[in-house]
Amino acid sequence: MTQETIALEVFRYRPEQEREPTFQTYEVPLRKDWVVLDALNYIKDEIDGTLTFRWSCRMGVCGSCGMMINGTPVLTCAAFLETYRPGPVRIEPLANFPVVRDLVILMSDFMEKLGRVKPWIITDKEKPVAEGEYLQTPTQLADFKQYSMCINCLLCYSACPVSGLEPDFIGPAAIALAQRYNLDSRDEGSAQRMEVLSQDDGIWQCTLVGECSAVCPKAVDPAGAIQRYKVASTNDWWRSKLMPWGK
Amino acid sequence: MSDPTRYRKYHPKLYRTRMPIFWWVRKRAHIHFITRELTSVFVAFYAIELLFLLRTLTLGPEAYDAFLAWLQTPLALGLNTIAFLMIVFHSITWFNLAPKALVIRVGEVRIPPVAIAGLNYAGWAVFSAALAWFILTA
Ligand code: SF4
Ligand code: FES
Repeated sequence: MTQETIALEVFRYRPEQEREPTFQTYEVPLRKDWVVLDALNYIKDEIDGTLTFRWSCRMGVCGSCGMMINGTPVLTCAAFLETYRPGPVRIEPLANFPVVRDLVILMSDFMEKLGRVKPWIITDKEKPVAEGEYLQTPTQLADFKQYSMCINCLLCYSACPVSGLEPDFIGPAAIALAQRYNLDSRDEGSAQRMEVLSQDDGIWQCTLVGECSAVCPKAVDPAGAIQRYKVASTNDWWRSKLMPWGK
Repeated sequence: MSDPTRYRKYHPKLYRTRMPIFWWVRKRAHIHFITRELTSVFVAFYAIELLFLLRTLTLGPEAYDAFLAWLQTPLALGLNTIAFLMIVFHSITWFNLAPKALVIRVGEVRIPPVAIAGLNYAGWAVFSAALAWFILTA
């Protein structure tokens, strides 16, 4: 029996050779146990060693293999090739990011935004080690656990039209990660983060399209995180207007 | 000296695209979103219509009758039907989204999102029934 194949139309951009990207079609075996990332690795190993893309863990943990497959952002290591039968399958770099080469995007802009929301535990006064650990109940853990599952894969930024239209928007994952720390019982930094996120490029840019949550492979629900933030910010505003002395 | 291995922010060789104006026609979810946003226009339409109705009350019975007659023209009926459908869409989509913003805990248990949407729908039903009773028994 001959092996069935499927065509992959892959986005190519070689900045030292061309100014505009092109699509190159590769015919690869359609194996039942292959994910799209396996097919890309097959191309790289057997057909065209110049194809460039990122990946590492091959198991949905490192968050580096995100690409657009037929226009939707997905982790290519979690997308079975068979789902796209009979093809062709169009593979592009994550939308809304500058492309460095082929399927590799530049993520420094996100890294800068992530740093701005201070994604670490902030305490007013550090507890001396001798006093022991900070204890947390399972319910307190449940408050933020979902947001801590984020793997920084940036699929949510690619799915978000606001991120595409307003590149300054701090964006879904960074805001979800801010919430991850705000809702942590050990943290005291929510006021500092609110200062950053209530600015023009923060939570109020979000128009609740909701696609970030639809594409998130880790069920983080960044859209939910942003809406909860809006509620908290509104409450803060009313409190400061109605009880200006209560700071 | 700057570090030569660092990416520059505006590297001339980076490939960038702009979103087309009609970015929202390509995906169902985006069309759904734009429709939801547009329904606000019809909410405004209803509000303005109601204001005009109130205005006729100050202008006397003829104005009121004329307004009611206008409401029965095919144009007004058409407009109001569209507005009604859009407002139903508006209410349903926003009620379904309410649990995203509201996470309520009672003791250890988080109220399930379905229950929060359900409460919104229940409120809607109760208010509509009360209004219907008020108008129909008047
Ligand atoms: S929120 Fe989800 S989609 Fe966004 S970066 Fe984190 S894991 Fe990826
Ligand atoms: S390769 Fe690590 S998430 Fe896909």
